[in-house]
Amino acid sequence: MRQYLVPGFAMVIFLVFWEALVWVNDWPNYKMASPSDLWPAFWRFKELFLSYGWDTLWRTVVGLLIAIVIGVLFGMIMGFSKIMREGLYPLLVGFNAIPKATVVPIVALMFVGQHDLNTVLIAFMISFFPIAVSVSIGLSTLEPEYRDILRSLGASKLTIFWKIALPKTLPEFFGALKVAVTLAFIGTNLMEIVSPHGRGLGALFDSGKTNSDYPLMFAVLIALAVLGIALYYVVVFLEKIFAGWAERSAD
Amino acid sequence: MASSRENLIAIENVTHAYRKDGHTLPVLEDLSLGVVEHGFTAVVGPSGCGKSTLTRLIAGLMRPDAGSVWLHGEQVVSPRSTVGMAFQNPVLLEWRSILKNVLLPLEIVPTSLSKQGAEDRARHLLHLVGLSAFEDKRPSELSGGMRQRASLCRALIHNPDVLILDEPFGALDAFTREDLWLTMHKLRAEEPFTGVLITHDLRESIFLADEVVVLSDRPATVQHRVALKREGSPTLDQLYTGESIATLNELREQIRIARNGAEV
Repeated sequence: MRQYLVPGFAMVIFLVFWEALVWVNDWPNYKMASPSDLWPAFWRFKELFLSYGWDTLWRTVVGLLIAIVIGVLFGMIMGFSKIMREGLYPLLVGFNAIPKATVVPIVALMFVGQHDLNTVLIAFMISFFPIAVSVSIGLSTLEPEYRDILRSLGASKLTIFWKIALPKTLPEFFGALKVAVTLAFIGTNLMEIVSPHGRGLGALFDSGKTNSDYPLMFAVLIALAVLGIALYYVVVFLEKIFAGWAERSAD
Repeated sequence: MASSRENLIAIENVTHAYRKDGHTLPVLEDLSLGVVEHGFTAVVGPSGCGKSTLTRLIAGLMRPDAGSVWLHGEQVVSPRSTVGMAFQNPVLLEWRSILKNVLLPLEIVPTSLSKQGAEDRARHLLHLVGLSAFEDKRPSELSGGMRQRASLCRALIHNPDVLILDEPFGALDAFTREDLWLTMHKLRAEEPFTGVLITHDLRESIFLADEVVVLSDRPATVQHRVALKREGSPTLDQLYTGESIATLNELREQIRIARNGAEV
């Protein structure tokens, strides 16, 4: 009970503080909208919030899923082969170092008009790096004795991977996934905001800006925060199921 | 003696070197060693003399540059499922219960046991080492000594002919170690195996083994052997008889010689 009450209570305090801040300073809407302005904005555009929210959600999830597949693949390649690690690592670091905001217009031009593809692509590009790194580190730091225990019984490399290497890497993987899910979400919104005539919450934010509908812009921010929290906790939930063993009890 | 194929484990004139970045590091040189069926040989020697290499050769995890390793009269060219191993690091899988950890080898090795039969056997082994109450615990909930006990059960679950122990008690405190020695004797009485024990602890070697082999410094070869008499049920008091102390001194002297050889 407490674990729901405390965060809920904190959120209420936050909203009250926000409302009071705007009220006391007598800020106009275009400086900062107050929580009480948001609900009308939500209500007026509720269909758009639902359908665009769905767009943002599925694009993020698809981008993240691709990032998981590609990231795990790269991680496995780099984790098992030292040569591949030495060769690929600087490339990946360089790729990751490029701010994705600069890649957005390039991708938008490359696949002009294909909003879904563009957005998923950016979500993927921005989020696969931590996954690749964590999996490769997890695999390459596997103590040789773990391998020997199974190898001495004649187990194949694949068996060793399934029985030991993979499960042993899961805690690192989920740690990276928590970072990646947030990144993928950022990637989706970057593209949605920049890409013209697009869909998604980013596009809704942009139209709020164009029409000087400031409460709408803030309402989008709140919607994004809610989606972000939901996605994050889905990952936490999956982590509990698949890597709960790595959690030491607090007592 | 070394060429005798009657020995369950026969290591014949094995020479091995590691190569890295153009350097050659010879570790074993013309080493011959035999262990009879149900015998238990302890291998001692200076640090880094190649003892662990020896275990990997017996397990078939690597092949020697020259010479050969035989188990049951068959040459070892690759890992075989009739070997059980335990290391200083118990390497238990943290995401499995203790029982499931012990059962791991049976998921790899072909077994005639049913699922229930396998579990019964695992429970029996855990009972022998005093871990009955911990079957469903995770390894992280156990002490170092208990983890090592579980690791021994895992090494024995598939009824291996050969048990290879690479300093299994090296990281334990002295009291826990002595407990584990007694457990080893109990296991040996109930689950006959042929064993090779790598250790740094001379008292451990004479308490557990039938024969102690002293290796020289790198490249290692057999420098000295001591056969031990084993009578009645083993107790820790036996370590303090005049005979044991004489053996201990003999071994210490041999280790001293081996280490001096290294400094020349």
